[in-house]
Amino acid sequence: MLANALFAPLYMHIPDGFLSLAVSVTLWIVSIILVGIALWQAEKELGSLQVPLMGVLAAVIFAGQMLNFQVAGGTSGHLMGAALATILLGPWSAIVVMTAVVATQALIFQDGGLLALGANIFNMGVVGVAVSYAVYRVVMRLARGQSWGVFVGAAVAAWLSIVVASLACAIQLSLSGTSPANVSIPAMGGIHMLIGLGEALITLGAVAFVYVVRRDLLKPGEARPAGGRAVLVGGLVIAALLAILSPLASAFPDGLEWVAETTQPAFIDLAAEPPYQIIPDYVFPGIPNEALATIVAGIVGVLIVFVVSLALAFTRRARRLTSDV
Amino acid sequence: MHFHFLDPYHRGDSLLHRADPRVKLVLTLAFIVAVAATPMGTWPVYVLFLALVVAASVASELGVAFAMRRGLIAVPFALAAVPLLITVPGPPLLEVSLGPWPVTVTTTGAGRLLSIVLKSWLSVQAGILLVATTSFPDLLAALRALRLPRLLVAIIGLMWRYLAVLADEAGRLVRARAARSGSLTGRGGRSVVWRGQVTGYMVGNLFVRGYERGERIYAAMLARGYDGEARSLPRPPLSLAQWMMLGLGLALLVGLVVLSYL
Repeated sequence: MLANALFAPLYMHIPDGFLSLAVSVTLWIVSIILVGIALWQAEKELGSLQVPLMGVLAAVIFAGQMLNFQVAGGTSGHLMGAALATILLGPWSAIVVMTAVVATQALIFQDGGLLALGANIFNMGVVGVAVSYAVYRVVMRLARGQSWGVFVGAAVAAWLSIVVASLACAIQLSLSGTSPANVSIPAMGGIHMLIGLGEALITLGAVAFVYVVRRDLLKPGEARPAGGRAVLVGGLVIAALLAILSPLASAFPDGLEWVAETTQPAFIDLAAEPPYQIIPDYVFPGIPNEALATIVAGIVGVLIVFVVSLALAFTRRARRLTSDV
Repeated sequence: MHFHFLDPYHRGDSLLHRADPRVKLVLTLAFIVAVAATPMGTWPVYVLFLALVVAASVASELGVAFAMRRGLIAVPFALAAVPLLITVPGPPLLEVSLGPWPVTVTTTGAGRLLSIVLKSWLSVQAGILLVATTSFPDLLAALRALRLPRLLVAIIGLMWRYLAVLADEAGRLVRARAARSGSLTGRGGRSVVWRGQVTGYMVGNLFVRGYERGERIYAAMLARGYDGEARSLPRPPLSLAQWMMLGLGLALLVGLVVLSYL
C-alpha cells in the first residue's frame, strides 16, 4: 500500500490542499498561456479537422497508463506518456493531448485536484513535453539520422521527463510550505529516478514497435514544427534550471522557505486586510475561545445538514404527491 | 470485460442531479478555491465546510458515506507533507525516537499536516459530488459555457467517447499477455527489463490500433458532413432561481472565507 502509493504515477498528480493559493494561481496562469499557444499551433499544423485523431490519441495515452508490468514486491511500473506523445505527435499536439488527459483525470477521477490542475498540467504536460522534445531532438541530431538515435532519444527523453517533472512538483510543494525542500526534492527526485526507468523501458518498447510496424507514424516527432526551436530551447532551459536549482534548494532549504514565508503571508495579508479593519481581534466572531468556536461550528453544521435533509424530504413528498395525481 | 464502470456518473433524480451543470461546476470550483483560501488551523471553518459537503451529499441522495469514503483517494499523497511534523518549529507535542535520532513532533507541525489533509479531503469530496451527479456531456457543455477553448473541449469530448473502447482494447492486450505467460505463482516470468519491454510493445500496439481507429472515425465523420464543428442545441440561459442559487452559494463561500480570517 505504502510502496504502491510511492511508486504510482498518482504521486505526481498533486491533489487540492497541498499547494498554496499563490502557487496554484500562478501556475494556472502560466499553463493557460502555454496551452493556449500549443492549441493555436496545433490547430495551425493539423487543422481543427484532425480533432477526432487527437481525441483518440489522448484516449490511447490514457488507456496506455492502464498497462503495467510487475516490478518487485507488489509494485508495478506504468506510463505517464509525455515522452511517447511528444515523439509520436510532435510537441504542440503532445501538450494539447497531455492537457486533455491530465484535465480529465482531475475532473472525472480525482487524480489530482482542480485548483492544482494548473500545476499538474504544467508539470506533466508542459515540462514533460518540452524536456522530452529537447532531449529527443538533441539525441537525434547527434545520431545524424541513424536509427539508434530514435531509441536512445526515446529512452533518455522518457527518463528525464519524469525526473524533471517530479523536481518541478517537489519545488512547488516546497514553495507552498507543504513539504520542506531538503526532504521533498531528494525524495521525489530519487523515487522518480527509479520510476523513470520504467517509463524509459515502456517508451522504448512502444517506439520500437511503431518503428517496426508503421515507421511513417514516427515522422511528427522528427519533423521541425513551427516554433519547435522555442520548445527545444525552453525544454533545455527548464531541464538545466531544475537540475541546478533543485540541489541548491535542497542544500539551502531556507532559500525556498524564505520565498514561501515572504510570499505567502504577503498574499494572505492582501486578502485579509479588509475584514481585519472591520472587526479586529477576535478568534471567531463573538466567541473568544477556539475550542468553543469549533463546537459552535459543529452545531451550526449539523443544523445546516438537518435543514437540507428536511427540505429534501419535503420536495420528495411533493414530487410523489404530484406523480400520484 | 468492459470498462463501463469507468464512468463515475450515478444516474439519479435528486436535487443535485437536477441542478444546472454550469451552476454546479462554478460552485464546485468556488468551493475548492474557498477551501484553499482559508488559513491553516481554522478548525471551526473546516467544520462548516464539511457541513456544506455533507448537505450536498444529502441533496445528491447518494448517501453521506459515498463522497466521504471516496474522498480518501488523495490521502496517500499526505506522505509528502509528513516531514512537516518535525520540521515546523513550535511547542513540542511528543518525543519519538527514529532509530538512534530523537525527534520532536510539534503541535504547529501536526496542526499544519492535519489542515492539509482535511482541506484536501474536503476538496476531493466536492469534485466527486460534481461528477457523480453530472453526466459527462453536461459537464462538457458547462466547460464550454465557461469559455474553455473549443478545440480543447472537442478533444476531451472525443477522448471520453473512445476511452471505453481503448480501455477495452488495453484489457484485451493484458488478457492476451496473461494467457501466454504461464508461470509459478509469485514469479513474474523473465527479467524486469524484459517485462518492461513487452509492456512497451503493448503500448505501441495500442497506439497503432488507436491511430488507425482514429483515421477510420475521422473518415466516417467526414462522410457524415463533419466540418470541424460539433453542433448541439444551445443551452437555455440561467433562470432567475438558478442565478439566485449561484449567488447564494458564492456569497456563502465568501462569507466562510471572511470568517476564517476574523
